[in-house]
Amino acid sequence: MAQKNKAGTKKQGKRLNVWLILALILLYGLVQAGIMTGIIGGFYENVLMNIGIYIILTVSLHLIIGITGQFSIGHAGFLAIGAYVSAIVTMKLDGPFYLAVIAAGLAAILAGILVGLPTLRLKGDYLAIATLGFGEIVRIVLLNIPYVGGASGMRVSHMTNWTILFVAVVATVWVIYNLTTSAHGRALLAIREDEVAAESMGVHLTYYKVLAFAIGAFFAGIAGALYAHNFYQINPGNFGFLKSFEILVFVVLGGLGSLSGAVLSATFLSIVNTLLQSFPDIRMILYSLVLILVMLYRPQGLMGNKEITDLWPFTRRAREVGER
Amino acid sequence: MEWLQQLINGISLGAIYALIALGYTMVYGIVKLINFAHGDVFMLGAFVGFYSLTVLHLGLIPSLLLSMAVTSVIGVVIERVAYRRLRNSPRVAALTTAIGVSFFIEYTMIFARSAKPEAYPDLFSGQQFELFGASFRVEALYILIIAVLLMIILQWIVHSTKIGKAMRAVSYDAEAARLMGISVDRTISWTFALGSALAGAAGVIFGLYYTRIDPLMGLIPGLKAFIAAVLGGIGSIPGAMVGGLLLGLVETLVSALGFSLMRDAVAFIILILILLFLPTGLFGKNVREKV
Repeated sequence: MAQKNKAGTKKQGKRLNVWLILALILLYGLVQAGIMTGIIGGFYENVLMNIGIYIILTVSLHLIIGITGQFSIGHAGFLAIGAYVSAIVTMKLDGPFYLAVIAAGLAAILAGILVGLPTLRLKGDYLAIATLGFGEIVRIVLLNIPYVGGASGMRVSHMTNWTILFVAVVATVWVIYNLTTSAHGRALLAIREDEVAAESMGVHLTYYKVLAFAIGAFFAGIAGALYAHNFYQINPGNFGFLKSFEILVFVVLGGLGSLSGAVLSATFLSIVNTLLQSFPDIRMILYSLVLILVMLYRPQGLMGNKEITDLWPFTRRAREVGER
Repeated sequence: MEWLQQLINGISLGAIYALIALGYTMVYGIVKLINFAHGDVFMLGAFVGFYSLTVLHLGLIPSLLLSMAVTSVIGVVIERVAYRRLRNSPRVAALTTAIGVSFFIEYTMIFARSAKPEAYPDLFSGQQFELFGASFRVEALYILIIAVLLMIILQWIVHSTKIGKAMRAVSYDAEAARLMGISVDRTISWTFALGSALAGAAGVIFGLYYTRIDPLMGLIPGLKAFIAAVLGGIGSIPGAMVGGLLLGLVETLVSALGFSLMRDAVAFIILILILLFLPTGLFGKNVREKV
């Protein structure tokens, strides 16, 4: 009986994949058509860009906090590195945009490894403060480099478009989904649940923590490149602790350990962000209240570690990732 | 005599850090929580002091006391509303809540009175005094007197009163303290009250010395004070005092050498180095990891 069920879900899983790919192509085509015909105007296009960039950021931090359990609150540092490196490639070196995106990701990986190797020996709140320190150091260093404009920042031309954004978002979600369902992903989950137990089962703690950190940093760097080339101006002030906090709220609200939760909360909150654009104070008050209330009454986040597919019996996973 | 002047600057800054760091370290010692909102309590203290000096026209000492009273109540309320429920949940949940509380205070303040900075009234009309051929602002003297006095009072409370004894007992072993009939909740409330009062006092003297206050002023000094607490060994009261002074001196030194823009970065680099090579700080106890 159990075997039959398992085989059934496998088959269903395959069918689901086909539908998913079709749906994605349809989504891409519809939006692209909308943009080309001008039905989706500049404002809505910008909202879409924001949603995409925040999905990448949230999913990448989800890998670090939700899956690996490493509480990092300096994610804006990687975003900043990606933004600046890509801006240097396109604006100062006149390189093509796709190269800038890749360079941004690689630079962020490098930063992730450099920061991760020493700091990931720390735990819990100490790690949090050290990563916060990292984010601040990045911001202060950028402030003091005249080559990238110091406090006034850099002018960047608008190059992010729907195609590259869509590819980046799908790639991010796909890579992180596959990573978490692989053997490596189980090692990361084991670290989240209990470091000592994971280590005694042969999980190389430092290697896996740095791996998660580097991959998270890579995608944050890519998000940085897209971010920089979506707005016309970047400056160090865009990448302060507030930004890290924002991403943290997105991850926590979606549910610590839920990929679809991360995507949903990033989508929803980016829209809320846009709606509250002219009331930044109220937005921050709301965010902090939501964060406090979620932590007090539903500390696992809105989705917990469930995925959206678990809501309907016919798409439920055979073995739940990170089931507690 | 420039170095002497820098020394006094460093000590004044260090005394402010030390006062804030005491609150961090006491709270951490007792509930193992980095009270992220502590820097914002410091900010509120500065504003209470400012309004009581300018609107209520009170003197310096009454303003200081009023600010300490208000911030201690705020500290107790924060603990009661936001942290008490989370005492037994994972530390990360409590830390996230603390960050939320911090932003809530900051942006409620901005919402209530806009983000514009205020200038503290000049109580001493720029008076200076001479010492060994160097001249100092009178405020520096006040900072030192107030800070030292408060630290002596704190030492007395922690070591010679009943509530101090209860605080030490709870931070040593909360369960055993409860069995001995100590009300753990009440002791934790007292700890928050004391720590927040010190932060409030630090806010007032910060305003006196640096003049400019604004709703986001708590973030950086708060983080620096946390670094000071880690430097001295978190959970240790003398450690927080020494750590605060050291950090103040180092920062002033960095500024004096002409790297004032990198000052904040240096503090964070110190933090990361300390966490890596001396995680228990200068005065901390070594706690063995148990499975």
